[in-house]
Amino acid sequence: MQALVIAAHGSHLNAGSSQPTFDHADTIRAVGAFDEVRESFWKEEPSFREVLRTVDADEVYVVPLFISEGYFTEQVIPRELRLDGWDPEDWDSDGTSATHTTLTASDTDQTVHYCGPVGTHDSMSDVIVQRAESVTGDTDVGDGFGLAVVGHGTERNENSAKAIEYHADRIRESGRFDEVQALFMDEDPEVDDVTDFFESDDIVVVPLFVADGFHTQEDIPEDMGLTDDYRTGWETPAEVDGHRIWYSGAVGTEPLMADVVLERAADAGADVDAAIDEVRSTTGGSPASGD
Amino acid sequence: MRDDQVAAAEDAAIDGIDFDGLRLSPAGAEYHLLIGDGEPRSVANDELGAALSAHADYVTNWYYWHAVAPQKADRWAFLRWVEHAGDLDVERRYAAMGDGKFARNWGQLRITVTIDADGERRYGLGHVDDADEPETALDSYDDPLDARTLTKYDDDGHFRPLKTAPTLQTGWQFTDLSGADLVTAVDFFYPATVTNWHRERGTKRSDAPAGRAGAERHASQEGELDVSHWRETMARQTGIYGLIETWDRGEGHEHVEWVAEACCDDSQCLKRREWQYDEETELDAPGGEGEFPCREPCSLVVAAARKWTKLESEESRTYEFDLTPSEKEQIEAIIDAVADGTADEIRDADVYDGANRYRARFLRAKLFDEDGNLSGVETGE
Ligand code: SF4
Repeated sequence: MQALVIAAHGSHLNAGSSQPTFDHADTIRAVGAFDEVRESFWKEEPSFREVLRTVDADEVYVVPLFISEGYFTEQVIPRELRLDGWDPEDWDSDGTSATHTTLTASDTDQTVHYCGPVGTHDSMSDVIVQRAESVTGDTDVGDGFGLAVVGHGTERNENSAKAIEYHADRIRESGRFDEVQALFMDEDPEVDDVTDFFESDDIVVVPLFVADGFHTQEDIPEDMGLTDDYRTGWETPAEVDGHRIWYSGAVGTEPLMADVVLERAADAGADVDAAIDEVRSTTGGSPASGD
Repeated sequence: MRDDQVAAAEDAAIDGIDFDGLRLSPAGAEYHLLIGDGEPRSVANDELGAALSAHADYVTNWYYWHAVAPQKADRWAFLRWVEHAGDLDVERRYAAMGDGKFARNWGQLRITVTIDADGERRYGLGHVDDADEPETALDSYDDPLDARTLTKYDDDGHFRPLKTAPTLQTGWQFTDLSGADLVTAVDFFYPATVTNWHRERGTKRSDAPAGRAGAERHASQEGELDVSHWRETMARQTGIYGLIETWDRGEGHEHVEWVAEACCDDSQCLKRREWQYDEETELDAPGGEGEFPCREPCSLVVAAARKWTKLESEESRTYEFDLTPSEKEQIEAIIDAVADGTADEIRDADVYDGANRYRARFLRAKLFDEDGNLSGVETGE
C-alpha cells in the first residue's frame, strides 16, 4: 500500500486557501495512483502532526504544496511529521534542486518519502506556460508576448526568489515567449513597474503562488495598476501604459499542478507513471479557472 | 447469507475462530463449535458448512468484520463502537440494526447503521440537529469527499477555521455509506478524531483485528494517547510563533487557564482538551465532555497565543473614567454578548439588553470623543 499526503499551508481566515489542494488531491484520487490520498495543512486540519496516523499505508509519499525550499519545507513540515533524523542537508540542494529523502516517522513507524516542494520541480515551468495559455485562451501563446513570473522576493526567504528565477530562466531558454522576466513584490525588479521591463504589447503575468489570496487578488493587481480597487475587479487583458496585461492569478490553481505533485512522488520512487500520463491528458487542455 | 461467506468461515476454521460469540476450533476429524452462551458441541468436518449455516447471523457478522470492514485498527474499532459491539451480543445488535435503531453521536455528527440479510452494514451520517427532519427536507450526498465542502462554512455562510467548533452546518445527509466511506467522511468532518480516540482507548480494549499485514505497526499505536502539553508545544514553536514560549515566565499558569477557557470550552470546541499546562500541572478550566480528545494546542490556539503573548507583555496602568453603574454593567453585557456570540441574536428593539445595538450606539455617542477615546481619555503610548 502506498499513500500520498499533500502538505499545504492553509489559512485560518481565507476559506479558498485550501481549495487548490483539495482539487489536485481529487485529480490524483480519480486516477487511483495511490491507495489513499490525504490533504494536510499547517493552519487547518488534519495538521501535519496528526495526518500520518490517519493514513493506513506503511509507505507514504509527502509532497509539500509550497513554492520554494525554506522554513516550511526544511523545518516545520519535517518537525511536525516527526521525521526522525531529518537534516536539510539530506536534500543536498542548492536552493531549488531538492528531490526527496526517505525517513521513518517516529510517531507511526511509517516509511516516509519526503519530497521537495512542487514549486521547484522542472515540470512547474510547464504549469506556468499552461497558466499563460489558460488566461489568454490561446494554446500557442508566446509569439509577440512577454511573460512575467512573479514572486515574493527574498525578504522572507532567499530561495523564494531563486525559484522564480529558475523557472523564468527555463522558460526564456525554451524560446517560446519573446521576453521573460522574473519580478518581485518586495524587491527590484518590482512588479509595480511591470510595463518598464517589456517591449511586447502583450504581457502575461503569472504569480508563482500556491493559492489565490490577498497577495494575488489584492496587492498584485493594484500594484500593477490593473485596478484602483481590487474589489471592483479588473479586465483581462487590462490596458496599462500602452500594454495589455493578461493577469492569470495564482499558478497553483492550474489543474496541471496535480501533475507536478505526481512527478514529485514519482521521483521519490512511487509507481505512478501511468497516472502521470492520465493526469496530463485530463488536465492538459483545461480552461482558465475564472480569474 | 451467501455461500461464499460460509465457505470463508470454513476456511478460517482451520486456524480456529473466536469472535463475537462464534467459537470454532479444529479437533482432529471434527470441530468444536460454540455459539454465544449455548452448549458446546462437536461437528464432523463434512458437516461444518451445514452447522454454520444454521447460525447465519454469527457467520455474516464474522465475515463483515474480517472481509468487508476496513481493517486499519482505529477505523475498525470506530465502526465497532458505532454498533455497540463492545456491549451487545450479535443477536441484539442484529435486531437493533435491522430495525434501524442504532444511532451514535460523534461531535455534532449523528451516525446510524442498518443491516441486510447478508450482514452487510450501511451507514447514515447527518447533523444531530437534523435527526428529526424528514429525509426529503435534507440535501443528500453519497461521496464522502463532499464532507470537505460541508465542513467549510457554518449555517450563516461563515468560514469555520476550526473543524471541531460546534458550528457544523445543518441540512445535509449521507444515507448509504459503506463502512470505509463512513470513516472517510467522519475524518473530513473531524480530522484525526477517530485515530486519536482509538489511541486513547488503547489498551483498555482488545477488540483489534487480528492477523493482517501491518498489524504489528498498528498494535504499536495503541495504548496511551500522546498528549503534548502547553509548555512542550510552545517550546517546539519556531519562526513567528517562537515568542509564545516567553509568555511562560515561571510565575504560574493563570494565562494558560484563560486561553483554555477562551478557546477550548465545549461552547467553542467539541474536542475534549486533554493537554494541561505541563505534565505536573493540570488546568482548572473544564476540558469538556466530548467523545474525542484533543492532544495538543491546535494551530488556532497557537496563533491566538502569539497575539496574547504580545498584548500581555504590556504593563497595566490606571485610567480614570466616569461611568454610571448602569454603564459599567452595560460594558460587561457587551463583552459577554461578543464572547458568547450572542450579539447577533439581540433584537433591534430590545433596548433592555445592554448589548443592544441602539444601546451601544448611545453609549458611544455619549462617551467617545471624535478620536474614539472612551470618556476622552487618551490611550497613551
Ligand atoms: S486546542 Fe482547544 S480549541 Fe484547539 S482543538 Fe484543542 S480543545 Fe479545541
